[in-house]
Amino acid sequence: MEATDRNNREGLKAWLNPSRYGAERISYWLQRLTGVGLLGYFIGHVYETSSLTQGPDAWAAMLELTQTPMGHMILLLVIGMSTFHSANGIRLIFTEGGKGLGKPGRPDYPYDAVSLNYRQKSGIWIALILAAAAMLFGASVLFGGE
Amino acid sequence: MRESQIMKIHYVTGIAALIVVAVHIMMRLIMPYNMSLEYENVVANYHNVPYVLLLESILILIAIHGFNGLRVILLEMRQGRNWEGSITVLTIAAMIAIIGYGTRTILVANGLEMGQ
Amino acid sequence: MSETIEKLERLDKKRKEHEKKEIERSSIYLKIFRANRATGEQAHYDTVEVPVQRSTTVLDALLYAKGYKDHSIGIRYSCRMASCGSCGMKINGIPRLACYTKVSELYGDTITCEPLSNFPHIRDLATDFTQFFEHHKDMQPYIQNENADIKDPSKLSEFVQSPEDVDKFLQFSYCIKCGCCYSACPTVAMDTKFPGPQALAQAYRYFADSRDAATEERLELVDDRHGIFRCHFAGSCSTVCPKGVDPALGIQLLKGHMLGYSSNEKKIADLKERLMRK
Repeated sequence: MEATDRNNREGLKAWLNPSRYGAERISYWLQRLTGVGLLGYFIGHVYETSSLTQGPDAWAAMLELTQTPMGHMILLLVIGMSTFHSANGIRLIFTEGGKGLGKPGRPDYPYDAVSLNYRQKSGIWIALILAAAAMLFGASVLFGGE
Repeated sequence: MRESQIMKIHYVTGIAALIVVAVHIMMRLIMPYNMSLEYENVVANYHNVPYVLLLESILILIAIHGFNGLRVILLEMRQGRNWEGSITVLTIAAMIAIIGYGTRTILVANGLEMGQ
Repeated sequence: MSETIEKLERLDKKRKEHEKKEIERSSIYLKIFRANRATGEQAHYDTVEVPVQRSTTVLDALLYAKGYKDHSIGIRYSCRMASCGSCGMKINGIPRLACYTKVSELYGDTITCEPLSNFPHIRDLATDFTQFFEHHKDMQPYIQNENADIKDPSKLSEFVQSPEDVDKFLQFSYCIKCGCCYSACPTVAMDTKFPGPQALAQAYRYFADSRDAATEERLELVDDRHGIFRCHFAGSCSTVCPKGVDPALGIQLLKGHMLGYSSNEKKIADLKERLMRK
């Protein structure tokens, strides 16, 4: 079927504003945002590492550019993003295969959805807490002065 | 290729990448962080064959997982035969390019003399 | 029995908690989205004051506004009891059924009513459901079973189904096609070819039905670029569903079958039957 009428579609606004529909919507938004961010970092990291092939001076110049407080802050963000993306990704691999969602049944008023259960909410919180913990550990390594 | 097969690959590469990246980060932490980034130490890493294989697998796994993720986002953003065809070709090309570029670094660094 | 009593007590507690949250007011302001696509009328909001009681629904308030304040308000409705799915609209930014949303459940003195997002707009609060229904039809929402020879009355017989088999799909057959899930879905908001939560939940509803034999065909229908795997479990569809259909659950269960997580119960049943025959 031709489905080209975009009239009244929310578009990007729908995923840029995750605040209206609960924790799962926020986790969807964060998973995307962190995914895009990590892909950007991955490309940058491969490029940054390639300076190794041009000898010690090029490597030192690259380190000078990246091993700065700002560079460390970006790295911290990457640590947080990768931890959240991984932990939440594992939850999603189970969930998207129908695991941990409960069984279909006979819905009763007030019709709380069984799929949006405490397991999902705890999974999202665990991913957030792990990301924060990883960032703290990363900060201790990067800014710890070793 | 069916979308369910692509998504199976997406999930498998995601989990595998998580494991190899964890090892990669551990390797940065077996000695003080700043020391691990010294030229000689980094080049020494590239002479360690198991570690080289680990780096190559990270490159391949994250390129596949990441660019497939990008393909999914771009497919959802716009629809149309030309756009969808271009997105598939471009993401596969980007995947190959980044694997090629990273592999070149690995091969060249592997050929560098230690302590150069 | 004791489980049922516990469940009823739990539900009663929830109802009471819900009632505690009710806000009492004697009147509210309805901020109604107005625009007419056909005449090129520019989008704007009209604000109307409406008297309300504890049980007044947003639909009641809108109909009062239409009856006594402004006859030209465009609104689609029918049953007034959450059965027909006609009065879906965005109420304070969230897709809901106007007949099922009490004014006392909503915060603030002003209630904003807008047409459902992701549907082509017709006039004021009415939207065009053509695309939505097309997606539903694409899922072949009917039982397919070649063993049922409808042309030969002598072969006609009942399909035997246990209550457990019914429970596997019953929830998804409660869908009233109100479009709230379609309006809340972030993928539908971007992807015009994505069937949406309603259609995909119906795909699972027929897939899970033990009377249906078109298992492979149904999986093939949704296994494409803009198919079921464009659902990322944002869960918004299930959050807004006014009938407890939980489309996200059906979609993930269907994905589970496609990914090989869940064993296909129909295939197992077939195998068992064959073994029994031998």
